[in-house]
Amino acid sequence: MMQSVTLDDTQAIAIGAGILGTGGGGSTYLNRLRLENELRRQGRAVPILQADDVPDDALVCAVGGMGAPTVSNEKLQAGDEIHTAVRALENHLRQKIHAIVIGEIGGGNALGPMVAALQLGLPVVDGDGMGRAFPELQMDTFMIYGAAPAPFALADSHGNVSIFTRIGSAEQAEEFARSLTIEMGGSAALVMPVMTGAQLKATIIRDTVSLAKRIGDAVLKCRAGSIEPAETVAALCQGKVLFTGKIIDVERRTVGGFARGRLIISAFDDYQRQLEIDFQNENLIARSNGNVLCTVPDLLTLVTLEDGEPIGTESLRYGLRVAVLAMPAPKELKSPAALAVVGPRAFGYDVDFAPMPGDLL
Amino acid sequence: MRIGVDVGGTNTDAVLMDGANVISSTKTPTTANVSEGIAKALSTVIADSGIEAAAIDGVMIGTTHFTNAVVERKHLTPTACIRLGLPATVCLPPMVDWPDDLRDMVGGNSHLAHGGHEFDGREISAYQPDEVREIARKIRDAGLSAIAISSVFSPVNSTFEEQSAEIVRELIPDANITLSSEIGRIGLLERENAAIMNSCLRQLAARTVDGFKAALDELQITAPFYISQNDGTLMNADFAKEYPVLTFASGPTNSMRGAAFLSGLRDAIVVDVGGTTTDIGVLQHGFPRVAALAVDIGGVRTNFRMPDTYSIGLGGGSLIESDPLKVGPRSVGYELTEKALVFGGDILTATDVIVAGGSEDIGDAGAVSHLDASLVAAVQARIMEMITIAVDRMKTSATPVPVIVVGGGSILVTGAIEGASEIIKPDHFPVANAIGAAIAQVGGECDRIFSLAELSRDEALDQAKSEASNRAVNAGANADSIEIVDVEEVPLAYLPGNATRIMVKAIGDLVEA
Repeated sequence: MMQSVTLDDTQAIAIGAGILGTGGGGSTYLNRLRLENELRRQGRAVPILQADDVPDDALVCAVGGMGAPTVSNEKLQAGDEIHTAVRALENHLRQKIHAIVIGEIGGGNALGPMVAALQLGLPVVDGDGMGRAFPELQMDTFMIYGAAPAPFALADSHGNVSIFTRIGSAEQAEEFARSLTIEMGGSAALVMPVMTGAQLKATIIRDTVSLAKRIGDAVLKCRAGSIEPAETVAALCQGKVLFTGKIIDVERRTVGGFARGRLIISAFDDYQRQLEIDFQNENLIARSNGNVLCTVPDLLTLVTLEDGEPIGTESLRYGLRVAVLAMPAPKELKSPAALAVVGPRAFGYDVDFAPMPGDLL
Repeated sequence: MRIGVDVGGTNTDAVLMDGANVISSTKTPTTANVSEGIAKALSTVIADSGIEAAAIDGVMIGTTHFTNAVVERKHLTPTACIRLGLPATVCLPPMVDWPDDLRDMVGGNSHLAHGGHEFDGREISAYQPDEVREIARKIRDAGLSAIAISSVFSPVNSTFEEQSAEIVRELIPDANITLSSEIGRIGLLERENAAIMNSCLRQLAARTVDGFKAALDELQITAPFYISQNDGTLMNADFAKEYPVLTFASGPTNSMRGAAFLSGLRDAIVVDVGGTTTDIGVLQHGFPRVAALAVDIGGVRTNFRMPDTYSIGLGGGSLIESDPLKVGPRSVGYELTEKALVFGGDILTATDVIVAGGSEDIGDAGAVSHLDASLVAAVQARIMEMITIAVDRMKTSATPVPVIVVGGGSILVTGAIEGASEIIKPDHFPVANAIGAAIAQVGGECDRIFSLAELSRDEALDQAKSEASNRAVNAGANADSIEIVDVEEVPLAYLPGNATRIMVKAIGDLVEA
């Protein structure tokens, strides 16, 4: 079991989080640099806590970044946004936060919370609310299984903090938070939801930080041995390599403000054999000859063939040589309640969820 | 008439062209002082052609000299960096992702100040001239005059970078200043990295370009000269002194552009066989297909758009082992003309096997007549297999495509390539890169985020196109010849504000002197 995160772990966790990111969640590059800087500056590790070790009456909060990766790659953070938002919520609640929870393990949001935890002097819980990356706030096991969306806080690089003390639903929180994020310059820190230890234990997807680390370690080991990592990663995640080939077409358009796209991958040995993937911010559905092979919430990730580097949907391009990993979602995402929020229909596809056998964890 | 020159790590190639015709060409070893090699190459092509130096209208030079300086950590000037964006951006200061040795060499002198813009053009914070003045004093007192200035979203609005440069010049009159907005694209660290590298290469660039000029003067060539950029377009000599980083990927680009020109094809796969490696790239509409991912130069992350090439360890100097059969990746490299059997050496290379096979007559064929015919056949088959696999990796459809073979090692291609509709070895294939330099045009780019709440998509595209075209004209293109060669639109993920990033590239012919 993972006890802490040190400088020796950051590369592996970044790779693993990228693979769990299913093409979204933003690049891990900048947050990895930030985490390494903070670990060096503080000279100590990020303590990792098991969810079951959090007292039932203690308060924890999930944290992360909200906004467009293109913006946060340009307007880098001040660095203390999450810290400021957590402290403001503590003042509002007149109660201390016991531990930091990662809202989203997929992509850059896996690492930002660790930086904040170091600044706050708090441990990070081994687990998260998505087990992957999702585009909207309500797509989160904490709120799917009953955690209240309010109070929640947003903070920007100026030190501005906004606390919503009441909100009708997680969906409404998403709308308000999104508008405010644009006002805050297109990227903001989000603290949401605040939970008791008891609520955390009932809703969290456990061990996903450890899983990210294991995936990254496996990829690094393959690279050192000049082995293509895709099969190893798939086995580790109870999934399979759905396809290998090269991207021969990427089509993008904007629907309702969200980027929607489709890509086609052709097999190396037979150009007629193709895989089609629908993506929005993340990869969502894979089809071959009209047959659905994998759908959200199961995980679909493209990695470079040679070194298993995860490829974000913003970097998809004609000619990339890739392996497509299909991995079963954690069981927490597959209940009827969860599928209503994160199933294919929640993303506008008239397709039933066709689960892969097994569970991610 | 134009002369194209390509200064590679091993060879300096030159070609004299009259319109589309190659009059003469040469290949000479690159010298430690690159100007000497250029002078030798130039005098050879001029002498061979019998023309007067006065008949030359322009000299186009492609060089990897500045890339090598960064990779080898040589001739770099300590450089300060001013970044405008407070209170944002504090978490990752300038040069944070540089290798330690390079950061130490460049000095790590960096400063943060207020200013910068949001993605939609609002100011992050008010620009404070006194703050910049104070920083400029510190830089002056540290004895530095090379400076890079970056501001958040400066590709959208570069005012603060420009105002800061004026203030710095008041205090440091001889300052060498690079604004990140002049070089880069969206992505602050990468653009800032490129700006810092640019300032730290400028002294070397001035010396090198002056050396080129001296070499031309000595040969009484009075025509203007140009340097090739990453995207295969040209910049004039004064511009090259200002922006040396823009030459970083000119080598592979020139060779692919030369292949397109020599073959007359705009869509094809180019196989460039050198002494040690073979680079395979894809031509789309006459230009190299660009790579999708960030590129490292000497360990520093940048966001230049480099040609997407795949390299294998196969070249004219590749070592041959017979049991088990192995071709490359080890190579005698530039020592081919001493070490290969046909040149009197004692090492069996790919070139020796090709000569033994009888398809080429290079050096002393007698020195390889003892080679076993079955070995020769096996090596030739292996070489074609290596090239076939590499070509297939770069292809994007099953449709057979033409393959253009260029470069000094092209003699290695003796058979068929599966998946190729034809194999073209154009005349002058060994100097395709110099030809690519000679025929280059002038370009301009625009990379901005547009809010489609205020503009229609067509208006935004038109604005981006006219901005790219204006930049091309400013760089020396004939306005009537401008063509938009690349348009890319990427809606911003996770932001439903109809914000979209538009990247446009325009290219035109050089205005005749």
